Amino acid sequence: MHLHDAWFVIIAVLWTGYFFLEGFDFGVGVLTKLLARDRAERRVLINTIGPVWDGNEVWLLSAGGATFAAFPDWYATLFSGFYLPLLLILVCLILRGVAFEYRAKRPEERWQRNWEHTIFWTSLLPPLLWGVAFANIVHGVKIDANQEYVGGLWDLLGGYALLGGLATLALFTFHGAVFVALKTVGPIRDRARTLAGRLGAGTVLIVAAYLVWTQVHSGNGRSLPAVALAVVALAAAWTANRAGREGWAFGFSGVAIAAMVATFFLALFPDVMPSTLNSSWSLTVGNASATPYTLKIMTWCAAVATPLVLLYQGWTYWVFRKRIGTQHLANAAH
Amino acid sequence: MQLALEPLNVARWQFGVTTVYHFLFVPLTISLSALTAGLQTAWVRTGKDTYLRATKFWGKLFLINIAMGVATGIVQEFQFGMNWSDYSRFVGDIFGAPLAFEALIAFFFESTFVGLWIFGWDRLPKRIHLACIWMVSIGTILSAYFILAANSWMQHPVGYTYNPRTKRAELTDFWAVLTQNTALAQFFHTMSASFLTGAAFVIGIAAYHLARRRHISVMRSSLRLALVVAVVAGALTAISGDTLGKVMFKQQPMKMAAAEALWDGQKGAPFSVFAVGNVNKGHNEVAIDIPNLLSFLADDNFTSYVGGIKDVEKAEQQKYGPGDYRPDVPVEYWGFRWMIGFGVVSIGVGAAGLWLTRRRFWLAPEKRTGEDEVPHLMLTRGIGLGERLSPWYWRAALLTMVFPLLANSWGWIFTETGRQPWVVYGVLRTKDAVSPGVSTGEVVTSLITFTALYALLAVVEIRLMVKYAKAGPPELTDDDRRSPTRIGGDPDQDADRPMAFSY
Repeated sequence: MHLHDAWFVIIAVLWTGYFFLEGFDFGVGVLTKLLARDRAERRVLINTIGPVWDGNEVWLLSAGGATFAAFPDWYATLFSGFYLPLLLILVCLILRGVAFEYRAKRPEERWQRNWEHTIFWTSLLPPLLWGVAFANIVHGVKIDANQEYVGGLWDLLGGYALLGGLATLALFTFHGAVFVALKTVGPIRDRARTLAGRLGAGTVLIVAAYLVWTQVHSGNGRSLPAVALAVVALAAAWTANRAGREGWAFGFSGVAIAAMVATFFLALFPDVMPSTLNSSWSLTVGNASATPYTLKIMTWCAAVATPLVLLYQGWTYWVFRKRIGTQHLANAAH
Repeated sequence: MQLALEPLNVARWQFGVTTVYHFLFVPLTISLSALTAGLQTAWVRTGKDTYLRATKFWGKLFLINIAMGVATGIVQEFQFGMNWSDYSRFVGDIFGAPLAFEALIAFFFESTFVGLWIFGWDRLPKRIHLACIWMVSIGTILSAYFILAANSWMQHPVGYTYNPRTKRAELTDFWAVLTQNTALAQFFHTMSASFLTGAAFVIGIAAYHLARRRHISVMRSSLRLALVVAVVAGALTAISGDTLGKVMFKQQPMKMAAAEALWDGQKGAPFSVFAVGNVNKGHNEVAIDIPNLLSFLADDNFTSYVGGIKDVEKAEQQKYGPGDYRPDVPVEYWGFRWMIGFGVVSIGVGAAGLWLTRRRFWLAPEKRTGEDEVPHLMLTRGIGLGERLSPWYWRAALLTMVFPLLANSWGWIFTETGRQPWVVYGVLRTKDAVSPGVSTGEVVTSLITFTALYALLAVVEIRLMVKYAKAGPPELTDDDRRSPTRIGGDPDQDADRPMAFSY
């Protein structure tokens, strides 16, 4: 196996980590509007992800940094080509981080409500936009002989891409609802479970439609099992949730996300960004990658750092494993 | 300075705005996390309430600040690909690696342990909770190191070769990139300047409260700690700045010639205190000089030859072909002076404070101020002079608390614009680095978006900072002092006990 193939896998893993982890914290952000009935309940929802969302977001920074180092041309084409969607994602991520940290820093209701609106919108838009972006990557975009994206903004917003955005948003919201059911006690837990049950059916349909379309258009023998696994796991998550098995439900929705990311990358390989203008202009793991020397150094870094990251992030989840409810909120200003 | 509306200029402005803004938060994050960690260590070791209150107070300000640092940092990573895609293609093999290291090693550390620290007060045993803030601090420093190594490579490229087939620079020696003298000098200079920044911040806020005779014990301890840090970090900033200057004189003679508005090279070159340059005519109309000092700064020798702007330009034209190799001389000249000026004043305020609050061991016991008394500049009460100077010192400390931030900003503006017209010195021109496929409209949109967003957030964050800084350290409850002995606490025993700290 060539090192650039290994880095293709590592980047797929980083995206899986990002979508799995930030997937549920985006979902929780969206649910602050759908699930919580009052300020205290919104605070409980936010606290379920409070200790971990920041660490979850670093998976994105790592995926970005790894792409820059391992596939400079992929990074350059992707980031300059998807300019305006990425700008919107950046604005969301900036506001979202600040919103979590600043919401409780003043007691006034208006202040907190404004930040809660911010949390909702900045948790809703990125999943939608990431879904659109990945649909376009898998589907292929207008890339010329110089590896430059030559399409416009509207080229990125076709029916397939929009379905991709919707599927990602639905999946993350469901994943978030299952997570809330797992992490809370009291009435909010029951409502989360009910909501996950309602969202689940629609989510299975949308995600299945999107992945089947992906498979028909860009898929291959390798990606087919991943599509099947994603749909089955999602259905299993829905069933487990209805049966009140919250841990299993969360595990299965996580598997569904991992299988969806796997579908993307298996359908892509060996391309990293196919060109719809001329397949010989596509970016591939071979023509977009860094030198073997750089890849070797990066491999050492990833080999040492990744297990450590998994270890201490896993520990964080262990430390904060306790379910929380409104009775755990201090009466102080925060 | 060119103001024409084309992607190159707009992208440069955006880089300038987002980078300078981001770097307002970085040095404070680096130093406040370490100071908070130090204070919490003091609490764990002594059990004194003063240190716990100080930890919570400075920790809160640190958290308000790190939120902005993290949020604005994401833009930094993304905009290389968005605005500078040809740069990314050309140097990704080299520049991407330290960036990826930064994410995998430093960011994960920082962000995971900051979550543990915020929410872990009542979930983790004391010492493990203390270790978390130290981890955050180590993460910020590692992060700074990797990003400065990457930037130093742009200032002085090493450990690479140009591959004509792929038309890009390719890494040959990563160790050289990480350990070259530019990277080390920049790291020590930036690091010590960061600690000076945090120290001045703490001194200013402590002075505000002490002048009002409030929160005396907490502010007094914080002040003394910060004064020591200011003087030590200040001295190290000056020393490392001198080292960095000498490195630059060798590696980027044009930058330093511009910094001195030295048009013609000469032996025993003077250091310019004040000058009004005329870029077109290539000479200074007004100049106040200190003879021979520049030669000494550049080369440790009062009579060494120092190249001027015109000579260096001739040499560069011979080396790289015809063209304009002059950076913006007034920006360089004044940027250099503002950096040094604001920095030196900050060090002076720290040193003055340390001297004025020194413990005079020969002072009779009845003249010493007690533990909880407002220091008339602490222990110089018997002297009289201290009493008269105190209010002035508190005012000066408050006024100068942002001076290091200004010095940092000017330092970066100086070092980054001084490299122009190169983005990678001697290797890649800035105009060849910009994204070819991105339209002016797109870059202008993002410049306006970021500038407006950053301005809005600046207002929010400054108001929050002022609110919490003015409120002073919290009073303690028994819950604050206790701490669970088992990791994760016991979920059954105190199932409904409120969390000590939450959003």
